Amino acid sequence: MTDKHRDLTIHAAHELLKAKKISSVELTQDYLARIKAVDPQVRAVLTVTAEYALEQAKKADERIAAGKAQPLTGVPFLIKDNMSTKGIKTTCGSKMLENFVPPYNATVVEKLHGAGAVMVGKANMDEYAMGSSTENSAFFTTHNPWDMSRVPGGSSGGSAAGVAANEAVFALGSDTGGSIRQPAGFCSVTGFKPTYGRVSRYGLVAFASSLDQIGPLTKDALDSALVMNVISGHDPADSTSAAEPVPDYTKGLTKDLKGMKIGIPKEYFVEGMQPEVDAVVKEAIKQLEALGAKVEWGVSLPQTPHALAVYYIIAPSEASANLARYDGSKYGYAYLDTDNMWEGMEKTKQFGFGPEVKRRIMLGNYALSSGYYDAYYLKAQKVRTLIRREFDAAFEKYDALVTPTSPTVPFKIGERADDPLSMYLSDVCTLPVNIAGIPGISIPAGFAKGLPVGLQIIGKSFAEETLLKISYAFQQVTDWHTKRPEV
Amino acid sequence: MKLSREEVIHIAALARMGLSEAEIEKAREQLADILENFEVLKEVDTANVPPTAQSINLSNVMRDDVPRESLAVEQVLANAPDREDDLFKLRPVLE
Repeated sequence: MTDKHRDLTIHAAHELLKAKKISSVELTQDYLARIKAVDPQVRAVLTVTAEYALEQAKKADERIAAGKAQPLTGVPFLIKDNMSTKGIKTTCGSKMLENFVPPYNATVVEKLHGAGAVMVGKANMDEYAMGSSTENSAFFTTHNPWDMSRVPGGSSGGSAAGVAANEAVFALGSDTGGSIRQPAGFCSVTGFKPTYGRVSRYGLVAFASSLDQIGPLTKDALDSALVMNVISGHDPADSTSAAEPVPDYTKGLTKDLKGMKIGIPKEYFVEGMQPEVDAVVKEAIKQLEALGAKVEWGVSLPQTPHALAVYYIIAPSEASANLARYDGSKYGYAYLDTDNMWEGMEKTKQFGFGPEVKRRIMLGNYALSSGYYDAYYLKAQKVRTLIRREFDAAFEKYDALVTPTSPTVPFKIGERADDPLSMYLSDVCTLPVNIAGIPGISIPAGFAKGLPVGLQIIGKSFAEETLLKISYAFQQVTDWHTKRPEV
Repeated sequence: MKLSREEVIHIAALARMGLSEAEIEKAREQLADILENFEVLKEVDTANVPPTAQSINLSNVMRDDVPRESLAVEQVLANAPDREDDLFKLRPVLE
């Protein structure tokens, strides 16, 4: 594809808009044209909201003309299709919600509107955010713009691929076990999962309520900070959102890391990790050292190998409770061809949910059922405590921990689709972060076999600034985050 | 190892979720594989370790009970699969 298109960060777009070198309407038209040109191949977008975007862009231009432009004003973005948008279909990648039109906006949507950002579409995802490749979307699979035969990661695969292919300047995703960071790593963008409770979950379709968190997928760390400035903060509509004050996340960004202590936990360099990925990650860590950070190799977090089991007990258990509401009575798909209430419910779920969602509902019910509760659910919750304690102890010594985002480069579409366990293993480095509720970011670290590799940086609760600072400094001396796929 | 047909049907029934014969067969194997992976937790000593249900230290978040505007009836019913007048229409619970 040789069409002329824009490759802008939020901060670059803001400068152009503020200087009136381009209007938001023009910018939005350019991005809509880009979606039209490349999305038939990439398939990142479920619903293009062209008309709505142009209305918003017009309002943004008025705001800019009035000298009231904020950093996100007039900037086109994509939002994962599990966040409610008033009057616009929110499918969650599921047949169950194929025709669901929410009567209200998620808090993050309200906040982005308030900042004047322009929504150009709803991004594809694995059904109910359950998956690591977007292959579980009930509608279609998103392709990795770096190699169309490969997955973009998931579950926020549409958000990540859309930003990488320049179909939007930034995107929002959600992350329950790695669903922002893993696709960010696979598509070479910056993906940030904030501390649990930092961003309101009101209007986010619930998957696993103690793990879910919304965050940005952007071109760089500065953009991530700019989005975080808008979406963070306490929300009376989400009683699990944190009351902690929201700093200006752009303030702490500096070019060196002197005085910073970084630990490298050896358990994250797992068996089965590709040697090329290992090499890229280690090279990136040396770069952090060169920036002045004190790096300590061989840190041990012995509970790490238990995280996969803990996650696949807790997340499906919470999901089985959350998804019980889809019974065909109030909204969503309903099997109506029966007079029997139970048959109606059973068939609604049988035909409305895809295979992975059914699998997790069954796993959750198994782990919570009488006779198994203590052995599975309660046991997992206790090991969850141990994982948290281990992180707490590590953060007494280190400002951050650095790991690979995923043990491999993006895999081929279809390669793992019939093997749930091997699919689950692609999130092995990201799951512990959600279990502990702490923040994690994935930044582009380089390429292995011509495919993107992500570097994960993990911090203690509410240490968002530390993670952004490390990412920003790294991006001042590397140019991996400026590379784009030829789409 | 495989789960029995009855076990799979039982846990699906707990969720009021129907499954085809092919789905039941597939689940017997796939669920057993995943459950086998959970065995690693048995080796972890969790004596005297309290469970963690959520990662932030919030409990009983209260607010004043102030009435505010609700969604309009039409908005609430707009996505209803079936309705009659201002009500959701369901199959009879008692025959």
